[in-house]
Amino acid sequence: MAFDKELNLEATELRLGLPGTKESEKQPTIAIKSNKRALPNFNEESCGSKENSNASHLIQKRDQEIASPAKAQVVGWPPVRSYRKNCLQLKKMEAEAAGMYVKVSMDGAPYLRKIDLKVYKGYPELLKALEEMFKFSAGEYSEREGYNGSEFVPTYEDKDGDWMLVGDVPWDMFLCSCKRLRIMKGSEAKGLGCAV
Amino acid sequence: MSEDDDRSPPLDLRRADIAESSNKTRNCTGVSGSGGSVPGPGPSSMEFQAPYPDQVLENVLENVLQFLSSRRDRNAASLVCRSWWRVEALTRSDLFIGNCYSVSPRRATARFTRVRSVSIKGRPRFADFNLMPPDWGAHFAPWVTAMASAYPWLEKVYLKRMSVTYDDLALLAESFPSFKELVLVCCDGFGTSGLAVIASKCRQLKVLDLIESEVTDDEVDWIAFFPESGATCLESLIFDCVECPINFDALERLVARSPSLKKLRLNRFVSIGQLYLLMVRSPQLTHLGTGSFSATEGMAQGEQEPELFTAFAACRSLVCLSGFREILPDYLPDISPVCANLTSLNFSYAHINADQLKLVIFQCHKLQIFWVLDSICDEGLQAVASTCKDLRELRVFPFDAREDNEGPVSDLGLQAISEGCRKLQSILYFCQHMTNAAVIAMSRNCPDLEVFRLCIMGRHRPDRVTNEPMDEGFGAIVMNCKKLTRLAVSGLLTDRAFSYIGKYGKLVRTLSVAFAGDSDMGLKYVLEGCPRLQKLEIRDSPFGDAALRSGLHHYYNMRFLWMSSCRLFPQGCQEIARALPRLVVEVIRDDAIEHTDETVDILYMYRSLEGPRDDAPGFVTIMQ
Repeated sequence: MAFDKELNLEATELRLGLPGTKESEKQPTIAIKSNKRALPNFNEESCGSKENSNASHLIQKRDQEIASPAKAQVVGWPPVRSYRKNCLQLKKMEAEAAGMYVKVSMDGAPYLRKIDLKVYKGYPELLKALEEMFKFSAGEYSEREGYNGSEFVPTYEDKDGDWMLVGDVPWDMFLCSCKRLRIMKGSEAKGLGCAV
Repeated sequence: MSEDDDRSPPLDLRRADIAESSNKTRNCTGVSGSGGSVPGPGPSSMEFQAPYPDQVLENVLENVLQFLSSRRDRNAASLVCRSWWRVEALTRSDLFIGNCYSVSPRRATARFTRVRSVSIKGRPRFADFNLMPPDWGAHFAPWVTAMASAYPWLEKVYLKRMSVTYDDLALLAESFPSFKELVLVCCDGFGTSGLAVIASKCRQLKVLDLIESEVTDDEVDWIAFFPESGATCLESLIFDCVECPINFDALERLVARSPSLKKLRLNRFVSIGQLYLLMVRSPQLTHLGTGSFSATEGMAQGEQEPELFTAFAACRSLVCLSGFREILPDYLPDISPVCANLTSLNFSYAHINADQLKLVIFQCHKLQIFWVLDSICDEGLQAVASTCKDLRELRVFPFDAREDNEGPVSDLGLQAISEGCRKLQSILYFCQHMTNAAVIAMSRNCPDLEVFRLCIMGRHRPDRVTNEPMDEGFGAIVMNCKKLTRLAVSGLLTDRAFSYIGKYGKLVRTLSVAFAGDSDMGLKYVLEGCPRLQKLEIRDSPFGDAALRSGLHHYYNMRFLWMSSCRLFPQGCQEIARALPRLVVEVIRDDAIEHTDETVDILYMYRSLEGPRDDAPGFVTIMQ
């Protein structure tokens, strides 16, 4: 099941720039005037402030020259104290590490499951995982007609409490708005344009 | 939470020399003493009298001068004549050392013999941002050693940016039986074992405040070291920066037997359930740091909610709220009962958005001090502006402190604040984008501004709308804010901005500059134009030796000058050192900086009565 082509996610992706252009790699926009050591990894700078300042920085500098032109961070800028940076860094890492668990129900199944949405990189992976978990097949997705060729349809409840078809919005937007998933029986999904 | 400021008048080192060595005295009233001879004019008139002829006057003076509390007034009084100098020294009980290397412990304790409270500041501020190699200095040890014998009745120690060891704390705990207050701000070098010795030995301890200090986890249960039985004298216990778990049972018992406790700021290892238990025992609190404000793993979520609300409702005196280290926004409404009375609210570790903020901020009509993360966005700031009409101090910190992010707060937020909070006195604002218009608006709307610190995180970033330098904005600030004493600039700035500062910033005492200016003229404008300048910290700006020379007339009047990654050469620094013998000129080598030329990494110079310090590490060269 070649979901990539079928779902045509690029068409629904929100991007800056003219349609048809590919997003180019971010160029560093600010000229670095000083000889300051450059720290490629923001994490390194904030954790264990003092010990890093000597040998490890020189090593990092070498590594950075080899790596692609990432935006260089300057030491001590912006001027936020290490203590504060470390505290918030922890929070950021936790936020990124913490899973985004949502309940998944399937019509007719006796109990629900829970999955971590963050584990999946996009719709294809998610749908595959759901299919494996609940032993069903979702069919082919198209923007116009939803899921064709299946008696089960993956839907989700969004922030406003509405039930939406999985796959309509860009993946990142889906991650922000999905509260729970429900694999609906096709016969109930009449209003969503699915053929049973 | 306030920044301390230096109100001492310029230290005139030449006059200090005269006061020390002079033997001219004046007989203030002309009344001859009861016994002994009237001193005539003459070089040795001071040397041989046993009873002072104006003993009566000195007693009167002592009784009067003891009421002088401002150190600026005291410094002025001490320069009147020798007897005033002597009496002032006898009656000074609060000793403030703005730079620990400007005077030696021996000299300070020899002059001021009846001190009860000592405040000492060490490292320069830019060291907080990793700009200084570690182990530069600022050791508490020589001070505590000297004070142990000189001030046996010492009650209070306040340290900022000093290195304090376990041994120092142990000596402190042993040497001062009346010791009452220990406040350590941005200090390091000690751990929980040091806290334990203070807790156990300082039986009169009223205040133990650890603020943004680095405390190592020695795996010592320091809370348990407070005396087990009887009521404590504790009035303030602040340990929100201590990054290790604490013994909650011991803490609960401690709070239960501390009836005078008014300020309690917990660290993030205290859960919301534990917070509740502590609040129930101490409804008399005026200052509370809530700890994590989050539930621990095993706790039932629904349980705490109604109770926490009740606990807050019982704290009728609460005016200052902080903490929220790992906030669960669902619990935020529980603080509602205290919002109407709050004068100070610190959300700067709480990752909340505008909607969550609005749940509480709309009730905070009396708020004067507000610290927050930029996660509340411009919309959140608008909510603050519409409600907090009495706001005096605002600090907006970045959640994600990087240069190339979108930035949730901008000129829009600043504009809103300027329109809503007309009494604003102090602002620290981190943002990605700013406009001159918003800054100019603030300069007009907030005439009471004393502290204006704007950090546009993108280096050399111009006005978001006009693409011009930020010169006009900062110019308007120095022009319109007549009370301005502290300024931090950022964004794209030409020499013009500095010409404005030099021309209008007549009261500016502290100036912070980063990635700004075009040429030596920038620094010249400031050094020649700002007579009150005391603390100048500059990084990564194109100022060279010629500019440095233009401040020769002023350096003795300053607390310090810091210049890092500028265009200074060793010769230029040496010139200054030779021209001003009472200035300590430190050239600090930072090995992590790559060099293509001979420029100085860091110049840090300060006036001192002691000459080059003897504890300088290898990477510090003191120019002579």
